[in-house]
Amino acid sequence: MKSLYLALITLLFSLPAYALAPVQEVVSKEGIKAWLIEDHTNPIVALKFAFRGGSALDPVGKEGLARLASATMDEGAGDMGSQAFQAKLEDLSVTLRFEANMDEFGGYVTTLRENLAPATQMLRTALSAPRFDKEPVERISAQLLASLRQSEEDPNSVAARTLYKSIFGDHPYGRGSKGTIDGIKNITQQDLKNFAKTRLGKDNLVVGVAGDITPDDLKKLLDDVFGPLPDKASPWKIAKAQPVFFKDLKVIDKPVPQSSILFAQKGIDRHDPDFYPAYVLNYILGGGGFSSRLTEEVREKRGLVYSVYSYLANYDQANLWLAGAGTQNARVKETLDVIRHEWKKAATEGITAQEVQDAKTYLTGSFALRFNSSDTIAAILVGMQKDNLPIDFLETRNKQVEAVSLEDVNRIAKTLLQPQNLSAIVVGQPEGL
Amino acid sequence: MRILIVLSLLLLPLKAQAAVFNPQSFTLDNGMQVVLIPNTRVPVVKHMVWYKVGSADEPAGKSGIAHFFEHLMFKGTDKLEPGDFSKIVAKNGGQDNAFTSYDYTAYFQTVAKDRLGLVMDMEANRMKHLILTKEVIEPERQVILEERRQRTDNDPGAQLREQLDTAQYMNHPYRIPVIGWAHEVAALSLKDLTTFYDNWYRPNNAILVVEGDITMAELRPLAEKYYGPIPRGPKLTRIRPTEPPAQADRRVIKKDQRVRQASLQRTYLAPSYGYDQGDAHAPYALEVLENILSGGATSRLYKSLVIDQKLAISAGFSYSPNRLDVTEATFWASPRPGVSIETMEQALLKEINLLLDKGVAQDEINRAQKSLVNDAVFARDSLGTGAQVLGSSLAINRTIDEVEDWPNKIKAVTRSDIERVINEVFKNKYTVTGVLLGANEKS
Repeated sequence: MKSLYLALITLLFSLPAYALAPVQEVVSKEGIKAWLIEDHTNPIVALKFAFRGGSALDPVGKEGLARLASATMDEGAGDMGSQAFQAKLEDLSVTLRFEANMDEFGGYVTTLRENLAPATQMLRTALSAPRFDKEPVERISAQLLASLRQSEEDPNSVAARTLYKSIFGDHPYGRGSKGTIDGIKNITQQDLKNFAKTRLGKDNLVVGVAGDITPDDLKKLLDDVFGPLPDKASPWKIAKAQPVFFKDLKVIDKPVPQSSILFAQKGIDRHDPDFYPAYVLNYILGGGGFSSRLTEEVREKRGLVYSVYSYLANYDQANLWLAGAGTQNARVKETLDVIRHEWKKAATEGITAQEVQDAKTYLTGSFALRFNSSDTIAAILVGMQKDNLPIDFLETRNKQVEAVSLEDVNRIAKTLLQPQNLSAIVVGQPEGL
Repeated sequence: MRILIVLSLLLLPLKAQAAVFNPQSFTLDNGMQVVLIPNTRVPVVKHMVWYKVGSADEPAGKSGIAHFFEHLMFKGTDKLEPGDFSKIVAKNGGQDNAFTSYDYTAYFQTVAKDRLGLVMDMEANRMKHLILTKEVIEPERQVILEERRQRTDNDPGAQLREQLDTAQYMNHPYRIPVIGWAHEVAALSLKDLTTFYDNWYRPNNAILVVEGDITMAELRPLAEKYYGPIPRGPKLTRIRPTEPPAQADRRVIKKDQRVRQASLQRTYLAPSYGYDQGDAHAPYALEVLENILSGGATSRLYKSLVIDQKLAISAGFSYSPNRLDVTEATFWASPRPGVSIETMEQALLKEINLLLDKGVAQDEINRAQKSLVNDAVFARDSLGTGAQVLGSSLAINRTIDEVEDWPNKIKAVTRSDIERVINEVFKNKYTVTGVLLGANEKS
């Protein structure tokens, strides 16, 4: 009777991908655009925004500028110093944070509906009149420096930094997105002020909102918050990256009992017609947790790791396919061999129809699970706009997954997987390599 | 996956920030409690089964068995091949996992509403019909030892926390790490594991929590159908050794070449929800105190040590109330470059003494109460928070009413409640201090 449960799963999903209100495009009087999913169940509003252009734009010698700006823009604005600003946020139970990654500088506000007006004012002030006072900048810099110093001993961070440096070389992506100790030390208050003045332009902005707000209220809010910003950010450009993958294994010595392993090869553009076949293939290979081939072979059968995974990483100017694992130093060689073998096996022998079918039922069926809070919904709406996806994406996405055929996946496995050109970094004290 | 939740000191603990989740509940004839938390945003449900057994219930010498066993629940049954459980959930568009803590072990799946019967069927099946063999446990043992390397041995801070717990708890099993000591995990036998299963995995020791787009009229027949037929087991008692009074201060120092940022923590034993020593207000008073001392950039410790005195890069206080037995309250700080541990420690002690001398101001209490009560509204917004809070509370024998009443309990905390717990927990106590340093730093 072991097939009892398997019989049930051949049923197709009859549910819609998600059952939220539709995405609305809201355009304010001043022409600022946002995507909104209204939901009046809880008295909460979540707003997320992103400006295109992130850490990759940090000037040479000031690596970490976007990150430091993100960590200090909520430390005082307008006539409120750091303590006054933070106290007001706390008293209103408003979460207001900024964040920076390689390609964007953004942030979010989550607030009770009753405090939406003051929350709006605080975000407006933080964006258009940040103070960057000496005390908070100095204090937050010290925190970032401590975290950068400690990350030099963290095997996963060391592996990622070494990998990006190796494959991207002098391209800004080669520096990673967290900044450097020297870079952070070089940043002045004027640098931060210039950052806020020149990088946050309406032409770079995308906004996503979810929760207890109507389109009319949102229109006013958009003008309130983003209206004072300049129409255009200073001109900027990040060159297309040309990642160079290496064949030799790089080993970085660190005194840890478990080595950290990171693999990379070329990835695929989000808008490539073969993106979804590659996405399905990645799920089968290493993206699908306990359903993936890597977990089955590396963890379940051999007990080599606690965690092994792969994922497609898409940056604005580069695409990667990454895989990672962690194993005791004595078993690094075996782990590397098994992962390389699975990579090669997928490329040469392909994938089965059942695996493709199973991947598709997971990827379509689990889509609705992502919409589990106002914050995540707002983030999804920003991600869609940043990736230039259409406003009906939530309704069409599952159809694109459904349309992937076994032939598509096997073609991609043959052409995109690069078992001969899979760059690998090991951080630890691996034995027998 | 197969997460291990270790309520570690420097991480923010997963707190029972309960709101009015409006749960409904009934109990099956076999003693299994059923809880429903409505959440209708998407046609999705989170299905959790909580067992009232955790690492603190392990037999002596068998550390790590609760967590090891949690991994084994994903192996085969009389109806499923090893590994099929998660694969079937995934094929149905769902996600699943499990975690182990000191006082409970929980298994969960998030699925489309129409797949609830399927996961209930499988979850009920593995409560009773798991098949363990040497072949399935050996690779999993290696996985768990890798998990231990990844979480603990690769991280000097985690190693120090593990040592600190052995000093903090002289007798109570909270002294033993949830993941277990490596040499004991290596020695656990098939018989140990099956005995553990037979003892604890019973419907009368389990709680079913379902959160999502479903009504009790829909849930009740499913619960009765799948979990109802499982026979009740013997009545279970959790026997926990208790702590003797400490007779000396303890200082645990770890120097390690992998440490680039020193830190210090000072811990005290404290009452919890499950162990309030007759002062029912105490855990709530400590939660309010935690917010005053450590609730953000304007909190006392951050403002004093980090902003005003510029001695630390970070500082705070953490308290985990959600324990069946005695818990701990911890002051912590990391020095700025050029500041010695001693200097920073003196400043931290001064803050603790200030607390003992002057207590807290009414205005500080009002701000903290408002902020905590508002947190409860946000807790309702994400699918799964309610299930997590209710499950982890019921698993330590709290009641639904207590959880639902949390905002009122917080609002009811008075200045004298806080004064009383400050004296009770921090005054004239022997403490445990942990110091993390680089290899060549002076202790």
